Parts: sequence; structure tokens; C-alpha cells
Amino acid sequence: MTITARPPAVPRQTTAQLQPSDRIFHWGARTIGMLVLCVTGAIGLFLGYQSIPTLRHYGLSFFTTATWQPELDKIGIAAVLVGTVEVALVALVVSFPLALMFALFISHYAPRRMKSWLVTMVDLMAAVPSIIYGLWGFFLLQPQAINLARWMSEYLGFIPIFHVDSDPGAAVWQQSRYTSSAFVAGLTVAMMTIPLACAVMRAVFDQAPIGEREAATALGGTRFGVARTVVLPFAKGGIIGGTMLALGRALGETAAVLIIVSPDFIIKDRILEAGTQTTSALIASNFGNATKSQLSALLTAGFVLFLITIVVNMVAATVIRRSRSGATSDI
Amino acid sequence: MTTIEAPPPVKERTKPAPTPRRPRRVRALTGEEWLSLVGSALASLALVTIGYEHILDFSGTLGFLICLYLTFMVVYAVVLSVSTPRPIVVERLVTVTLWLAAAVVLFALGTTLVYTFLKGWGALVHTNFFTHDMSGVAPTAPLTQGGIFHAIVGTVIEVGIAVVISVPLGIATAVYMMEVGGKGSRLVRTVVESMTALPEILAGLFVYVVLIVEFGMAKSGLAASIAMAVTMVPIIARAGEVALRVVPGGLREASQALGATHWKTVWKIVLPSARAGLGTAVILAIARGIGETAVVLITSGASSFLTFNPTGVPMNSLPLYIYTAYTTHESNAITRAFGAASVLLIMVLGLFVVMRVLLRERKSR
Repeated sequence: MTITARPPAVPRQTTAQLQPSDRIFHWGARTIGMLVLCVTGAIGLFLGYQSIPTLRHYGLSFFTTATWQPELDKIGIAAVLVGTVEVALVALVVSFPLALMFALFISHYAPRRMKSWLVTMVDLMAAVPSIIYGLWGFFLLQPQAINLARWMSEYLGFIPIFHVDSDPGAAVWQQSRYTSSAFVAGLTVAMMTIPLACAVMRAVFDQAPIGEREAATALGGTRFGVARTVVLPFAKGGIIGGTMLALGRALGETAAVLIIVSPDFIIKDRILEAGTQTTSALIASNFGNATKSQLSALLTAGFVLFLITIVVNMVAATVIRRSRSGATSDI
Repeated sequence: MTTIEAPPPVKERTKPAPTPRRPRRVRALTGEEWLSLVGSALASLALVTIGYEHILDFSGTLGFLICLYLTFMVVYAVVLSVSTPRPIVVERLVTVTLWLAAAVVLFALGTTLVYTFLKGWGALVHTNFFTHDMSGVAPTAPLTQGGIFHAIVGTVIEVGIAVVISVPLGIATAVYMMEVGGKGSRLVRTVVESMTALPEILAGLFVYVVLIVEFGMAKSGLAASIAMAVTMVPIIARAGEVALRVVPGGLREASQALGATHWKTVWKIVLPSARAGLGTAVILAIARGIGETAVVLITSGASSFLTFNPTGVPMNSLPLYIYTAYTTHESNAITRAFGAASVLLIMVLGLFVVMRVLLRERKSR
């Protein structure tokens, strides 16, 4: 047998240069990414640019005037902003506990074979068009909810937000004083925010470290004990983030609110009483017959809504991202 | 030499007759727990039935249920605390509350679906509802006249165009954020993430002012599609990025170690592996797009006639049809609105069946 001499080891040249095909690929992906960035970013810039004339014309009074009377040149968004926040807060107060409990139920309490089915139900709930929730809220929920509203105004009416200008003890109570209120609209919007918050919370609950959960169980903790000491503290970021995401959605909801509320341009804190208006519903109901300057005013209202939702969403996204770990999963 | 002693013979013990051992069912409630649960439920039901309307003079079903729940909590806590320590009482109460919360949410979802179909049934039984349009049909006309064929066609065309625009853009953005990366990708990710929850009305308003007011484009299906795509791209990009993230990093490294270029790796390895997740992302976006009301309200214009032309003429769609029919407040028009809502729901449900199939495929792989 002969032993052939090995060729001397020469270090191979490595280059950081990309293949031409890869260069095209990277360039193309980056271009599309930037295009999407530009188009979505353009919405904000555009709304901001369009609102300059309005802000110059009305100044700060745009934010303090409650009425929307273009024919009298009295335009302001104080009332609609209050209405927007009221509807969103009612939705949040209702949806937060339900979403939290439903998410905890899915991830830790539900029988295992129900779990994937429940997750699909949450997704389905998120996908039901908002206009259908609007019809549901108006025709099915409202006749029920006004009983609750009347009860609350009767017994909690001493708190200003639950007060209704009506005699709750009248022989035939004035149902129309309780319909089309921020309360009913908020309950309906809650149907849209529950699945959104629930999906985020459930995903974070599922990531709770299994070792710590088992340790807590081994120490004799009940299921709720484990949830309280391990899962909920771990998922704090996801709970806050999911709730804020839901808030962002509730602030911008249009169709359901448009169906339910009756427009009313006064700043009122009485959420059970008929009549309120939100920013998005204002835009949807007024863009059609708006003149150029009114359109600019609507765009300014839209810009304010945009800023609020973007801030809420960005904070939510940051909070959620912090509570997430690992860029890729390994084999 | 040592000797190894034989071990002492083991005495044959007489075993007791083996009892059949069945695995214990974990977490099942014992008989006593069932008794306390059902007993407390009945007790509180009786208490509230008497107290609610007869003694305290409340009214309304919702209030009844809330009072029933609160009473039940108190009764159940008292019953449990007789025989069990505090942590278990808390555990039982929380369990019941969570089951009830789930039941409330599912009940609300269930009533939404069932109520829509029930109210729409009067319109759905007539075949002309699916084959005619509403041109020349008054809102008060009987349900045997007119239909929503034009709205179904409009929704399909508008969503179809929006999908053609948004799917390539959305998936390419997801690939950019996840696979290419670089300096700009973080900015893109931040903007895309915050845009997923952009109020749809603002997307509609943007397209309305730019394309229709400034550039003089007619209110049409195309304008609605573009506005829809604006809201769908961030959804696809974000959900798509999540789908790409769960592709194991080892697959990418293996592909590159075998000499594949980055483009080949993405095209032949990463995207096919993430197929199910990407499909889910697209379906979620379509489901969102189908139901967008504010967008079509602003950009497409409600027509009553059938058109296949997405440019130049107004094009109706299901959400817009529902809204305009609702605003007439005529009972026949509202029945038609619920009929259209049922069709819309069937479309969404169909998408979900497809999604379940996709997810099952992912699980079996």
C-alpha cells in the first residue's frame, strides 16, 4: 500500500459577498418593506398635513368646542373625544375581566381536548364582522341591557356617571332615555375586544415556565394558587399589552357604534343616558356631504384618533414584545 | 475459597384475590363535591327566585342572572367552608367563576350567530334573495322581490382584488422583517405592528381623500379594495412573521450549510415549512377584510344593481348592504339585512373550516 501525500491545507477564502440572486432578493424584500412602511406611514403624515388648515383656523378651540355645527362655523371635537373614550372604557371594563378569565380558562382549566376548539372559537369571535355585532347589540342586547341600565341608575344614580335624567320609578319608565347610550355601545364593542385581548393573554399564559408551574404544584398549590403565584405574574406584560390592544381597537370601532348610538354633541359623563358620539362614527356619518373645509375638520378629528390609537398600540406592542422570548425555536 | 450460600427460599405468600384496578379519573369531582355544587346552585336559585321579584322588586333577566351568580358564590362558599380548608374553597369558587365566564363569552358568541340566522331566515328561504339584485326594489317590498346577488358579487370581487394586492406585499414584508432583517426592519416592524390596529375608518378616509377627492377616482370597488388592502397588509405581515418565526432555525442552517443561497433557502425551505401558518395569516386577513364596513361605506358607494366592473361605478358589498338596509328601519329591509349578515357569517365560517384543515395539516406533519 502506498500512502499518498496530502495536499497542503490552504485556508479557504471566505467572502461576505452575496450571490447576485441573493442581492436581488434582499433588495426586493427591502424595497417592498419600505413601500409598506411608506404607505402606512403616509396615512399619518397625510392626516397630519391635512389638519393644518383646520388647526390654524380654529386653534385650540377645536379641542374645547363640543358642538359640530359647520354652518355656524362652530366645530370642535371635545364631545366626540369624551364619547370615544367613554365607549372604549365601558368596553374595557366589561371585556378585561371576561377576557382574562376566558384566557385563564382556556390555558389552565379547560379539559385538554376542548382547548384547540376554544382557541378556534376565540379566533372566530374576532372574525365576526363588527356590523353583525352592531345588529346583535341593537336588536338583541339593547332590550336586555336597558333593564340593567335602569337598575343601575335607580340604585347607583347618586354617582354622576350612572345618573339618568329621567324618573326611574315612574309607572311606565321611559325606555328611550336608556337606549342608544354609550353603555350599550360599549357592551357591544366589548364583544370585539374580548377575543383580541383573550388571544394575546392566552398565548402568554401558555408560555408560563412549566418548571415553575410544576414546582408550585408540587409544593401543594391548587390550580388557582399556581395561576396566582406563577402564571399571572409571568404574564403581567401580556395582560397589560393585550388590554391596551383591545383599547386601541375599541377607540376606533365604527360600524357597531354607528348603528347603536344616537348622535349627540354635548360633553356628558352620564354613560347610561341616550345619545353620544364617537370620533369614528362622526367621520362615517359626515364625510359624505362635507365641504372642503369640513373634510379638513373631519381629517383633523381622524388625525387625533390616529395619534391616540397609534400611541396605545405602540405601547401595547412594546409591552407584549418585552414579555416574549426567543427569536426562533430550535429543532 | 468462599462458598456462595444459596439464598433462603422465598416463602410463597398467599396473595389476596387481586381486585380489578382501574385508573382513577384525575380531576373528576367526587360525589360530595357534586352534591355541594348542585345543592348550592339549587339553593341560590330558589333564594333569588323568591327574593328578586317578590321581595326586592327588581326586573330584567340580566339583573336576575347577576344576582343569581352573587348569591351562588356566597352559598357555595359557606357550604364548602364547612368541610374544606380555605385554599380549596377559593379554588372551587375560582373554577366555577372561570367556567361561568367561558360560558358567558361562548353564549354571547352563540347568540350572535343563532340570532343572525333566525332573523335572516325569512329572507334566506327565497331563492330570489341569492339570484336577484335590488335595482328598482323598494326597501318595503316583500321578500319575494329583490336579493343580494349584487352585494355577494361585490364582496367577492373587492376582497379578491384586496387579496391580490395584499398577500404578496404582506408576505414579502414578513420575509423582510424575519429573514432579511437589517437596519430598517425594526422600524418596519414597529410601524406594521402599530398599524394592525389602525381604525379601518382612517384607512377608508385616507383612500377617500387621496384617490377620490384629490385624484378624481370614482367611488368604486377598486377604491374599496385598495383601502381594504391597506388594512390587510399589516395583518398578513405580522401574523406571517410569527409563522416564519416558528420555522426551526436548524432548517435554515442546514440548507445554507448544503450551499443553498439565501433566496433558495427562503423560497424552498422556509416558506414551504411555514405554509400552514402563512395560510392562516392570509385567512385571518381575509376574514377581517370581508367584514370591514367603514371602509366600504366611505369608498365604494352603495349601488342597488349588479356590476362586475370594479372601476368607475359604485359597487355594493355585504357589510355596506347590511348597513344601508338597517338605516331604512323598514322591517322587510331589516330582515334582508339579517339575511345578508347570515351570508356574510357563512363566508367567515367557511374560511374558518379551511383554517382548521390547514392547522390540522400542520399538526400531523
